[in-house]
Amino acid sequence: MTTDGRLELTMRGIVKSFAGVAALRGVDFAVRGGEIHALLGANGAGKSTLMKILSGAYTADAGEIAIGGAALAIRTPRDAMDQGIACVYQEVDTALVPELTVTENVMLDRIVRGKGAVRWSELHREAERILEGIGAAGISVRRKADELSIAQKQLVLIARAAAQQAKVLIFDEPTAPLSLEEANRLFAVMRRLRDEGVACIFISHRLGEVFELCDRITVMRDGARVETVRAAETNPQRVIEAMLGKPFEEEFPKAQVEIGETLLEVRGIRRGTKVRGVDLTVRRGEIVAVAGLVGAGKTELSRLIAGADRADGGEIVLHGRRLSLSEPRDAIRAGIVLVPEERRKQGVLVEETVRTNLSLPSLRALSSPLGFIRAVQERRHAESIVAGLGIVPPRPQQQVKLLSGGNQQKVAVGKWLPTDADVYLFDEPTKGVDVGAKSDMFRLIGELAAQGKGIVYFSCELAEVLGIADRIVIMSYGRIVKELSRGEATQENILYYASAGEADRSATE
Amino acid sequence: MQPNNRRSFLDFSFKYGALLVIALVFVVFSIVNPVFLTYDNIADILRAISITMFVAIGVTLSQIVDGFDLSVGSTVSLTTVVTATLMVWYQQPLVVVIVVPLVIGVLIGLLNALLIVRVRIPDLLATLAVMYVIAGVHKTYTKGYSIYNNMQMTDGTKAPGKFLPDFLWIGQGKLLGVPIPVILMIVAVALVHIFLTYTRWGRQLYITGGNREAARLSGISVNRVRLAAYVLSGLFAAIGGILYAARIGSGQVDAGAGLLMEAVAAVFVGYSVFGAGKPNVIGTFFGAVLIGVLINGLTMLNLPYYAFDIVKGAVLVFALATTFVHLARRKT
Repeated sequence: MTTDGRLELTMRGIVKSFAGVAALRGVDFAVRGGEIHALLGANGAGKSTLMKILSGAYTADAGEIAIGGAALAIRTPRDAMDQGIACVYQEVDTALVPELTVTENVMLDRIVRGKGAVRWSELHREAERILEGIGAAGISVRRKADELSIAQKQLVLIARAAAQQAKVLIFDEPTAPLSLEEANRLFAVMRRLRDEGVACIFISHRLGEVFELCDRITVMRDGARVETVRAAETNPQRVIEAMLGKPFEEEFPKAQVEIGETLLEVRGIRRGTKVRGVDLTVRRGEIVAVAGLVGAGKTELSRLIAGADRADGGEIVLHGRRLSLSEPRDAIRAGIVLVPEERRKQGVLVEETVRTNLSLPSLRALSSPLGFIRAVQERRHAESIVAGLGIVPPRPQQQVKLLSGGNQQKVAVGKWLPTDADVYLFDEPTKGVDVGAKSDMFRLIGELAAQGKGIVYFSCELAEVLGIADRIVIMSYGRIVKELSRGEATQENILYYASAGEADRSATE
Repeated sequence: MQPNNRRSFLDFSFKYGALLVIALVFVVFSIVNPVFLTYDNIADILRAISITMFVAIGVTLSQIVDGFDLSVGSTVSLTTVVTATLMVWYQQPLVVVIVVPLVIGVLIGLLNALLIVRVRIPDLLATLAVMYVIAGVHKTYTKGYSIYNNMQMTDGTKAPGKFLPDFLWIGQGKLLGVPIPVILMIVAVALVHIFLTYTRWGRQLYITGGNREAARLSGISVNRVRLAAYVLSGLFAAIGGILYAARIGSGQVDAGAGLLMEAVAAVFVGYSVFGAGKPNVIGTFFGAVLIGVLINGLTMLNLPYYAFDIVKGAVLVFALATTFVHLARRKT
């Protein structure tokens, strides 16, 4: 407890790495009862990882968590719940049981742990009382959870946390799927919880609402805390600067490449609610970045162009010829290849060797007419790619899962190099990759452009986008909302357009 | 050091456990019964497992693409009686007698693939349903009777035909003292092994089974690969059915009923042989040998045949336990 009797939760020196890549490098973070504390940072800064450690989804490699000075051992979500720490996820559907009523979802813990018979009338009354207590009396407790709107589901989740007497509540981008009105209602609930002494941690990309709602702000960058300040003592401009850090161009200089004729034209392509009519043009030697926040529809767009998913409408034209893509094989044959975001699940086969991975798209060329794979040719094929990209260790027999993230990524890109593709789609290629491998990746992409390939670079890393792209199109909620030339774009205006999909007036210059 | 010892012991038992068990069973039976290690008896064991092995090759192929084909046993039953009736009822020449069952096997494979790949029914459920449909078809077709030379028909007449001698030779003949089914089995194992290990199609089967989405994004037509696996599975089961008829000299109803479990057990024993860690045809062969040896030895010990399922079931449980303990360990 702090001196005035309020709860204080501290996280000290939290370290976490995934497959050798550091996600958190000794983070200190503290939140007090009775405050709404914003946790900000660009994608990949480590805020979600930090919160997953706090809520027991991940275990920290090092560091400690304490409430009022008493150390807590949080290893599972159950532990976190027992300590009064609850989480309102963006993906509310995974946390609620859709087939159960509101009452059952709110009182889930008590029903599961309770003994003997359940008295429904009493439970319904209790659930109503709790919903009322958080200021969400309008929800009928007898409805099934899957009949509710997303906003209502969030309130049910909050009510469940209240039923468990949660002392710390984590809101992980709760407003992303909400309308302005729904968001305002959520804020009212959060303020009410704050006034009752609950510690609220609020993650959001919308700086407007952060400044409207929060008492303190912690900014993270590259797995470390940059600063914790009172909201009243800072402004959006300063926060954006703290999130972005030093300018990117200094790190990775861009090569000058002559841009040629149009290679790829995408017209009005759409699929479901994630891609809602996108136009995109890529010319020879050009690097076009599709920038946007996580969830803007970039991955979905990349999969449509690569033939991995079928479009509901629109067309893809390559070399002036309209393509009909029913599977990735069709796109690859036409000359469009994808380096997917989910590297370990989709980009490479982690259980197989480097050699096997590299020969996959070239199996036909590496086989005799009878289908026998020519072992010597396959080995040379792998050796030349490994040497060309500087894959470490330079052993084609190595299992891919034993390589670092950056080297795995080189394998994921390297397998396409002999296929003579014209258009390369890179979806978040620097995710989980260390700085050295990052610069290798940029050099490689630059070389591909210099060879006259067309590059589409999908990324939420604004600094990288600025450094590498000739042209930047900004995607938000499934649409291209703005196109900026290399000269026009700044981190601030990209972030502004990327997060301005709905009423958000904060990040203006 | 304690966990390390434990780890290396588990690794060792995974890699060589099945082979050690086979060796142990060999030693024990040859001590208990002097006839066990004679050439005739070994040839007997191999001939006994040859049909299981063809079915097990099919199961191996469906397992490689991360699927499962439960319908192989029923396919054996159907193709066995079809083979028999082609000779006994319809007096067809040898070519027809062999080609028609093979076509039936392919059609069953296509049906499985359609349900699994297109309609997207989970493999176990789809092939379970097909298994019952095929079982029903084969009993309806024979009206529940087994097929034998000049059998009595339901309308009182006698069936016109007999099993062809050339056909019986496939199941009962010998070449240089080696039973023909054993030769066929060894050739099949060798061909399938070469196909899986050295050709690009074999590579595509394993890659598709290893990570379907990554395979698809790399340009492999995973649906076509999976279809091929089920078609081959049906085809090999049909070969098993033909051999069954040729060996027995009649078309037994429900001939394939017991083969499914033997085949699955063989595949899972083989999963671990030499530490392959994936379905492979050489391993499957050793799995089939293990089952064949156990049954042969226990028969000599006068264990009643109805108790064999206990032994086979136990082998399957043991093989599954080894496989899944290993898989769970590899994940951590």
